[in-house]
Amino acid sequence: MIPVAFEYQRATSVDDAIAKLAASGGGKFIAGGHSLVPLMKLRLSEPAQLIDIARIPGLSGIRASGGRIAIGATTTHYEIAASPLLRDQCPMMAEAATEIGDPQVRNRGTIGGSIAHADPAADFPAVVLALDADIVLKGPTGARTVKASAFFRGFYDVDLGAGELITAIQFAPVKSAGYAKLRQRASHYAVVGVAAALEVSGGVIRSARVGLTGATTHAVRLTSLEAALAGKRADAVAAACAGAANDVADVNADLHASADYRKAMIPVFARRAVERALAR
Amino acid sequence: MSTSAPVLPKLIGERVKRREDPRLIRGLGTYVDDLKVTGMRHLAFKRCDIAHGTITSIDTSAAAKMTGVEAVYTGADIAKILAPMPIGTPFPSPPHHAVAVDVVRYAGEPVALVVASDRYLARDAADAIVVTYDPLPAVVDPEAAMTGQPTVIHKDFPHNLAVALVPSGTGVAPDYSSIDNSAVDKAFADAEVVISQRMVNHRLVPNAMEPRGVLAHWEPGKDTMTIWSSTQNPHILKTMIAAMNGLGQHQVRAIAPEVGGGFGAKINIYAEEYVCSVVSKQLGLPIKWVEDRSEAFVATTHGRDIIGYIDLAARKDGKVLGLKMRLIADIGAYNMLLTAAIPTLTMLMANGTYDIPAIRTTLTEVFTNKTPTDAYRGAGRPEATYFVERAMDMLARELKMDPAEVRRKNFIKPNQFPYQTQMGAVYDSGDYEKALDAALTASNWKGLVAERDQARAEGRLVGLGLAFYVEVCGLGPSSSLPTGGWEHGQVTIERDGRITATTGASPHGQGNETTFAQMLADQFSVPFEHVTILHGDTGIVKQGIGTFGSRSQAVAGTALHLAGGKVRKKMAQFAAAMLEASEDDIVFENGMVGVKGAPAKAKPFAAIAAYAYVPVPLPPGMEPGLSDEAFFEPNNNTYPFGCHISMLEIDRETGEPKLLKLIAVDDAGHLINPLIVEGQIHGGLAQGIGQAMIEEAVYNEDGQLLTGSFMDYALPRATDFPRFELSATVTPTPVNPLGAKGVGEAGTLGSTPCIVSAAVDALSQFGVTHIDMMLRPEKLWRIIHNHGGGRS
Amino acid sequence: MVPIAITVNGKLRKAHVEPRTLLVHFLREHLNLTGTHVGCDTSQCGACTVLVDGRSAKSCTLFAVQADGSEVTTVEGLAPEGQLHPVQQGFWEEHGLQCGYCTPGMIMSAVNLLKDNPAPSESQIREGIAGNLCRCTGYQHIVTAIQHAARHSGKAAR
Repeated sequence: MIPVAFEYQRATSVDDAIAKLAASGGGKFIAGGHSLVPLMKLRLSEPAQLIDIARIPGLSGIRASGGRIAIGATTTHYEIAASPLLRDQCPMMAEAATEIGDPQVRNRGTIGGSIAHADPAADFPAVVLALDADIVLKGPTGARTVKASAFFRGFYDVDLGAGELITAIQFAPVKSAGYAKLRQRASHYAVVGVAAALEVSGGVIRSARVGLTGATTHAVRLTSLEAALAGKRADAVAAACAGAANDVADVNADLHASADYRKAMIPVFARRAVERALAR
Repeated sequence: MSTSAPVLPKLIGERVKRREDPRLIRGLGTYVDDLKVTGMRHLAFKRCDIAHGTITSIDTSAAAKMTGVEAVYTGADIAKILAPMPIGTPFPSPPHHAVAVDVVRYAGEPVALVVASDRYLARDAADAIVVTYDPLPAVVDPEAAMTGQPTVIHKDFPHNLAVALVPSGTGVAPDYSSIDNSAVDKAFADAEVVISQRMVNHRLVPNAMEPRGVLAHWEPGKDTMTIWSSTQNPHILKTMIAAMNGLGQHQVRAIAPEVGGGFGAKINIYAEEYVCSVVSKQLGLPIKWVEDRSEAFVATTHGRDIIGYIDLAARKDGKVLGLKMRLIADIGAYNMLLTAAIPTLTMLMANGTYDIPAIRTTLTEVFTNKTPTDAYRGAGRPEATYFVERAMDMLARELKMDPAEVRRKNFIKPNQFPYQTQMGAVYDSGDYEKALDAALTASNWKGLVAERDQARAEGRLVGLGLAFYVEVCGLGPSSSLPTGGWEHGQVTIERDGRITATTGASPHGQGNETTFAQMLADQFSVPFEHVTILHGDTGIVKQGIGTFGSRSQAVAGTALHLAGGKVRKKMAQFAAAMLEASEDDIVFENGMVGVKGAPAKAKPFAAIAAYAYVPVPLPPGMEPGLSDEAFFEPNNNTYPFGCHISMLEIDRETGEPKLLKLIAVDDAGHLINPLIVEGQIHGGLAQGIGQAMIEEAVYNEDGQLLTGSFMDYALPRATDFPRFELSATVTPTPVNPLGAKGVGEAGTLGSTPCIVSAAVDALSQFGVTHIDMMLRPEKLWRIIHNHGGGRS
Repeated sequence: MVPIAITVNGKLRKAHVEPRTLLVHFLREHLNLTGTHVGCDTSQCGACTVLVDGRSAKSCTLFAVQADGSEVTTVEGLAPEGQLHPVQQGFWEEHGLQCGYCTPGMIMSAVNLLKDNPAPSESQIREGIAGNLCRCTGYQHIVTAIQHAARHSGKAAR
C-alpha cells in the first residue's frame, strides 16, 4: 500500500516545527511515524505535508530533576523500556513500554506520538493517567501544560490545539506502580489495560491512581476504584477491585471482545496491576 | 580404488543442510517482485468495497488523464479479450469473469484496472476510478443461503447451491444410481450410544508471507508469452495461460521463480494471471502486478469453511457401529480451480483411521458473498480428521473411556492393509497402534494425566487432548486429478560428470533441491555438491504438474529416481565398454565407476561421462550421451498417519488459552531428510494450532471481512507456541519404490482436534462437551463464567 | 522530489525521491537491494526489517526521507563478501527457513536481539522475533538457529 503524495520538511527546533506546520496548511508532525504511516499507507490519513520533528535537539531523552522525571516527546519506546532511571524509579513506565507492539515498533515509535495519536487501545495513555503526568505542549501561542486526566477527551480526541506539539511528559516517579493488559491476539494492542500507581506505607495503600485503556473511547481514570483502594492492605485488594468497572459506561465492543467481556476484564486487570504494584 | 580415499556418506535419511539456504539467507533469492524487465509497466486493480451489488457506473476519466497512465480497463473491456475463467472440477459453474461485469459478488472482486509507469502512480490512478453500485442483499451464512434468501448470487443457481446434495459411503452405488440405507440404519438402530454434534471448521486466510505477484511479457517478434508468477504449479499455469490467450502450449513459458510459500492458495490460476497476460499481449508491454497484503486477504482464495453435522453410533464398549456426516461447505462467491473438489476429500476420509462398518456422508456446497475458497494446507483432510476425531473424543468422554483406548478399539488393524474403506479409498499401509503407543510413550501420557489432575487440584483449568489422523496424499493416479496424477523427472549426466536434474515439482520452501540431490547423489555415489536440481521453469523442465497434496517426494521424487535408474543403466553400459567388463559387474562407488572384484580398473565418474559424450569407439547399438526421463504415475495415493497429544491451560479469569505441550508422532514412511521433515511438521502444526487457537476469517452480515489485516487476523507469532516434541514411526508405502508417503500437510490434521479436545477436557467440569474453533478467549470465559467458575 | 543521502551497507547513496517513497522501496527499487521484502501493509510482518542507525526497524513504515543522513544495514550488508554472519550461519545450520521470504527480516531482528542480549533464553528469543511473522517453520527451527548463533557469536570476527 502506498500513501498519497505529500511534502516533507525536517524541523530544526521546536519553534521551527511550529512555524513550519503553521505555514503548511493541512500538515502533520511526524516523529517515529508508527501510528501515522500505517494510516497513510491505507490512505486513511492524507496530510498534505509532514513536518519531521524526530531529530529536534533536546526533544528526546529521559531526565530527572527536582524529584520529577521528564521524558522528551521523541523518546522511543525502546529507550523508555531500557532506561535504568525508569527501571529503578518508575518501573511501570518501562514495563508498559515493553508491552507495546514488537521490538521494531518500539525502536521507532515515540511516547509523544503515542499520546498525541491517543489510540483508544494504546498502552501509554493509561500509564500517564496513573502517574498523573503533565503533558507539556508548545504551540504558536506559547507553551502550556495539561494534566493527563484533562488531555484525553474522547475518541482520538485530545487537548492538542491546531499547530501544537507535545514536547515532554513530566511526572513524579512512583515505584509502587504496575501495568497489566489483556492483549488483542493479532495486534497486541490492549483489549483492556490497567495502570495502577500506589502510595504505600506500612503495608497499607494510602492512595491510588488508576488509569484504564482499551475499554472506552479514550483512556480514563478509575476514580471510584482509587477511592476503594485507599486504606486497603494487600488482602483486601481483590475485593476492592471487584467493583472496578462499576462506573465505566459505554464500554467498547468489537470483533475481539464484547462490551460485557471487556467490562468483566476491568476488575481482573485492575487487580493484576495493583498486585504488580504492591510487589515492587 | 585406494582404501584411504574418503568414503562418500550415504545421504538418504541424513539431516543434510539445505542447498537453497545460502542464497536466501543473504537476501539473494529472486521473487516475482524482485524482477524487472525493460519497458515494464505496473498494473493495479480497483476492487469493489461492497459484497454484492450491480455496477451502475464506472468513471475512469480522471485515471486515464494522469500522466504516466498507459491504459485503463473496466470489466467489460477485459471481457472482450478474455473469456470467463475455467475451473478444474466437473461441476456446473456460473460464469466467472476475471474482472467483474455488471455484478459484484464479494468485497474485493476486481472491477477495473490501470496500467501505469510506476507502482505508486498505478495506485493513485486506481484510486481515481469512481465506481457506483446499486447494492443487493448479501448473504454470508451458508445455511441461510441454501434457502435462496435473501439473495440469489448466480441466477442459474436459485438456491445458491454450487453442488446439490451428493451422497457417499456405505450403500451408495459409485454412479449414484442407487442408495441403500439399510446398513447405516441398522448401525444406528443397534447403537447403545449415539453422539450427535454440529461442528464448524471455520474459514481461514492462507497468508503465505509472500503475497502473489505476476509479470507477463508478450514478445510480439517471437510470438511468445513469458509469465513469471508466484505459483505452486507453473506447468498448469502454462497450459491455462496458453488456452485463455488462444496460444499453443509451445508459445508460453511459465516461470515460478523463488516462491514465498503457497499452502495451497497458489495452486489456483487466478484472474490476475490471466489479466496480466491478456493486457501484456494487447499493449505489447511487460506487465507486472504485485499483491498488497490487504488485497491478499480478499483476492487470494480462503481455506476450510465447512459445517459438519456428525452422528456417531457405538456400543457401550466403545466399538463404533456407524457414522453419519452431513457436510455443508461455504465456498464463497465463485468456483475456482479446485474449489468444488476440496470438500469431496473430507467425504473420502470420513472414517479416519477406524474400521467403521457403515458410513453415510452427504455434501452440499453453497455460494455466499465471500471470497472463494480453495485448497489450504490439508485441503479437505483436516476437516475430516477434525470431525471424526472430535466425535471419537466425545464418545470417549460419554463412555468415560480413555481417549486412546476408544481409538485403539476401532483402529483398522495392520493385517487389514491394503484396506478398502467404505468411502472408496484404499489405504496403502498402516500400523496405527504402533504410532499410538509411540505417542503415549513419548508424551508420558500417564504422567501427563497426573500432572493435569494435580493442576486441577490446584484450581487450574488444564486439559489434555489426543487425536489420531490419516491423510490421503502423494496424489495420485490420473483418475484422482484433472491435470493428470503423474510427475516428471529428467536426469542428465553432464560432460564433466556433474548431474543436472529437472523436476516437475515446483518447490516453494519444501527443500527439494536438497532432498532430490541427496537421492541422486546416493544413486550414483557422487558428492552431494555434484548434483543440481532445476525446477519451476517450463522452458527448462519439459513436463510437470506441480507441488501440492504432499506429493513431491512420493511422486516427483520417484520420477527422478526412475529417470536416474535409466541413466545409471546406460552409464553402466558405457562403463562396461570402457572397462571391458560385463554391465552386470559395474559398480558405482565413492565417485568412481568400477568393476566388481577388480578395484584397480575403476575410473572416475567424470571419465565415464566424458566418454559417453565423445564415444570413440561408440559401443555397438548405443547412442551417445547420458540423459533420460521418467513419468511416474503411482497406482494409488499414499496414506500417512500419526498421533498428536497436547496439554493446554485456560486462564480461569480471562478465558485465554495457552498451549503448554504438543507431542506429535508422525509416520510418513521412509524419510529422505529428517531435518526438512521436522520443519514441514512444525509448519503444519503451527497452522493447525493457529486455526484451533487464534486464526479466524470473520465477516459481518454485510459481507465485509472484519479480519482484513494482521491487525485483526491473528497470524501466529513465535510467542504463541511452546517447543513441539516430535518423533516418528516408519511404515513404508508399497505405492512407490522409495517407500515415502509425504509429510507437507500432516501437521494440520491432528493438531486441530487435539487442541480442541484439550480445551474441552480443561472445561469439562463446566459440563461442556464440544467447543467450536477458534478458541476465542471470550468464548471460553463465557463457558467458565456462566458456571460461576471465574474465581479459583 | 527531495534529495537524500543514506549510508546503506557502508556506502553513501544519494538520490532524489518523492517524499512518500517508503524506505523499503528506496532500497528495493532504487538500490536493487531486493533482499528486504514487503509482506504486509500494517507493520506487523517484519519482512522489511533492516537496521537503521544500528537498531531494527520496519522499512515499510519509514519514509526514505526520514532516514536521510542515517546508516542503514540490510541483509545484503550483514557480512563481508564471501562470509556469513553468525545469525545467517545459524539459520543455515538449523534449517531456520523454508520459503525464505520472511528470512532476511527475521535475521535482522535476530541480529538486533543478540546485540541487546548476547545470551537470550528461549522465551527472550521468541519475544525478540515477535515482530516477524513466518508462515512456514512454526518458528521452532528459527529459535534453534538463533540459539546456534548466540553460541557461536563470541567466536565471530565482529
